[in-house]
Amino acid sequence: MSSRFRAVSAALIAMVALPSCDRETRENRGKPLPESVPGIVGDPRAAEYEGNAFHIAQGQRYYVWMNCNGCHAHGGGGMGPPLMDAEWRYGGSMEQIVDTIREGRPNGMPSFDQKLSEQQMWQLAAFVRTLSAQPRQDALPGRADEMSNIEPRTLDERRPVERTSPAADQARPR
Amino acid sequence: MARTAAGNSRTLPWLRLATAAAFLFAPTAAGSQARAVPAASASPPDDGQWVMPAKNYASTRYSALSQINRQNVTKLKPVVNVATGHKRGHEAAPLVVGSTMYIVTPFPNNVFALDLTKPGAPVKWAFKPRPRRAAQGVACCDIVNRGAAYANGRIFFNTLDGQTIALDAATGKEVWRTLLGNINKGETITMAPLVADGKVLVGNSGGEFGVRGWLTALDAGSGRIVWKAYSTGPDKDVLIGPAFKPFYPMDQGKDLGVKSWPPDQWKIGGGTVWGWISYDPKLKMVYYGTGNPGPWNPEQRPGDNKWTTGIFARDIATGQARWFYQSSPHDLYDHDDINESILLDMPVNGRVRPVLVRPGRNGFMYVIDRVTGQVYSADPYGFINSAKGVDLRTGRLIPVKEKEPKMGRVIRNICPAAPGAKDWNPSAFSPRTGLLYVPHINLCMDMGTMEANYIAGTPYIGADVKMYAGPGGHRGVFTAWDPVRRRKAFEIKEDLPLWSGALATAGDLVFYGTMDGWLKAIDAASGKLLWRIRLASGIIGQPVSYRGPDGRQYIAVMSGVGGWAGAIVSAGLDPRDPTAALGFVNAVRDLPGRTKAEGRLYVFALPRR
Repeated sequence: MSSRFRAVSAALIAMVALPSCDRETRENRGKPLPESVPGIVGDPRAAEYEGNAFHIAQGQRYYVWMNCNGCHAHGGGGMGPPLMDAEWRYGGSMEQIVDTIREGRPNGMPSFDQKLSEQQMWQLAAFVRTLSAQPRQDALPGRADEMSNIEPRTLDERRPVERTSPAADQARPR
Repeated sequence: MARTAAGNSRTLPWLRLATAAAFLFAPTAAGSQARAVPAASASPPDDGQWVMPAKNYASTRYSALSQINRQNVTKLKPVVNVATGHKRGHEAAPLVVGSTMYIVTPFPNNVFALDLTKPGAPVKWAFKPRPRRAAQGVACCDIVNRGAAYANGRIFFNTLDGQTIALDAATGKEVWRTLLGNINKGETITMAPLVADGKVLVGNSGGEFGVRGWLTALDAGSGRIVWKAYSTGPDKDVLIGPAFKPFYPMDQGKDLGVKSWPPDQWKIGGGTVWGWISYDPKLKMVYYGTGNPGPWNPEQRPGDNKWTTGIFARDIATGQARWFYQSSPHDLYDHDDINESILLDMPVNGRVRPVLVRPGRNGFMYVIDRVTGQVYSADPYGFINSAKGVDLRTGRLIPVKEKEPKMGRVIRNICPAAPGAKDWNPSAFSPRTGLLYVPHINLCMDMGTMEANYIAGTPYIGADVKMYAGPGGHRGVFTAWDPVRRRKAFEIKEDLPLWSGALATAGDLVFYGTMDGWLKAIDAASGKLLWRIRLASGIIGQPVSYRGPDGRQYIAVMSGVGGWAGAIVSAGLDPRDPTAALGFVNAVRDLPGRTKAEGRLYVFALPRR
């Protein structure tokens, strides 16, 4: 083996070896968790979308378009849990609802990631919140995307008509 | 009184004349056999066991045991009362084989074998199939299971996430499992399989998800698929060949499963097979109904939507279709045709015919020739204002124009409602009275339709529904129907919808349960209430009767409210929304105050002498 070849080899080895000295940095203890996980609570978008008339109206549209009503009906539930009561399996904040829509949930809620844009998910969450919360009446859409609730003619005895819009619910003692 | 309910004979005067003429001129064989009897080959002598939910292939749900009778039924007492550990709807029938009872729970579909030789029926073995949890989100109308089936030392059952599993009945060890359904498309399985001719027959659920319906036959030994017949699509997928001879021209033609749909709509067209299957061992034919077309909104699927909402007769060996009859062509109201078919031999127009009798979802009691598929009669057994009758010349249902759903509008007062005059819960037939005992419902609905978007794995419905009590204000009816005379023998009005099966016994008793938890025994001849007991939860299960290892007669039933009708309790739905649970919640808003969610197995017996 020639000395020239030996010199070239040494140079090559040095070229490869030198950057290797710059080892990756590791934090042995991991990064400390912040008080609240970003994106889950305290997202500034929550305040932007919630209670906003335009966003709620858009969300109401997507609620039917994306077949949310197929499982959750108009808040009363069915194959999926009700959305108009005070119980939330996976949390009822704007951020948590968006998370549920985006990621899905293990007991059957499908993921709508790739099917809705980020903005649409926030708009949908804004509408879902109006089903159970007490939204500002001036922010609610005047349009109903469900059939009106009038008394059927075949009933012999009258039953009290249950109001289904959150606005009407405001008048009820809770 | 049933005759006045819907205008069948009023609107078809020629029909009444024709029937009268047939009775006048036909040879009077009716004298020799005035009563219907179960098809002999499909209803062997009772051995005291209960090996399939329908009792036998003729689906009579009749026990020939007579120790418990009209005189002593008042002494009936619970002898077993055990919790199943699950709180959703318990629709399954307990099975009894030898000295062991087998039960299947709702999701997660655990199977228990109970030793009947010991007091309190302790658990012999338990099997947990661990189905995928996500299946719960695509199960329309609660996460129920309608029971298992026993044959040749094996227990066969289906899981909500689309599997069929065979267990060794003695040990509970898994023999095979076959995955048949895809929950990502909304496909689940809730029905009880039928085992016949060495095959396990299984169909899918998911008609509210744009699933394509099918019935498949698995080899009972290996779990391998022998044949699979789709309910929509080209003839080769539906297993329609040269042997296919439907009786009516409306069901004849090539590739109707494609041509009676808008382009490609058949691929997501429904027609699921989630109900009951009957089998005639002599003719080697299986009979089953197909579910609703998808979506519910009918304006998105112009055409007859073959082969949904109809009944198929197939050769069991090959699956090849023999005949088909579509009871609701272009279904308008989710009137699935999955209800039970009871195989009877009875006089029709003076001659004894092999027939199948089925209380249809659309409110008509069909008597159909099980060889040819000819409809002999279709009489209303509940209140109907959505159809004028069935034209027996063409076989077609005659819809009422004003009740047809229109997009963007709400059509009010449609009777019967989406669950029909009767839903899945099966009837019983007693050869002693010749009567069919039908537990059913009296509900009407408002229906508003809109365009549905197909998104795989989400509901494909396009309708808002609100149900309420029909005329009379009662929501349930128990009808004893005389199939030969084509009229009601008696009826019992029930406040709540009836969602339990019926059981008839040779003690001339008929058992059924109510959604507020009463198990009742009535006189099979008069309908008089003889005995009742309040159970822990509403009853939507199927009562059965068997001879125990000690030789005594027992009655067993599962209690556990739920299903489509009871989802308001089992799933905790909010009654303020009338459209909840696809509109059923509005009809049963009082249910949460009258029963609670719980799952228990009860067994009743007379006191030991």
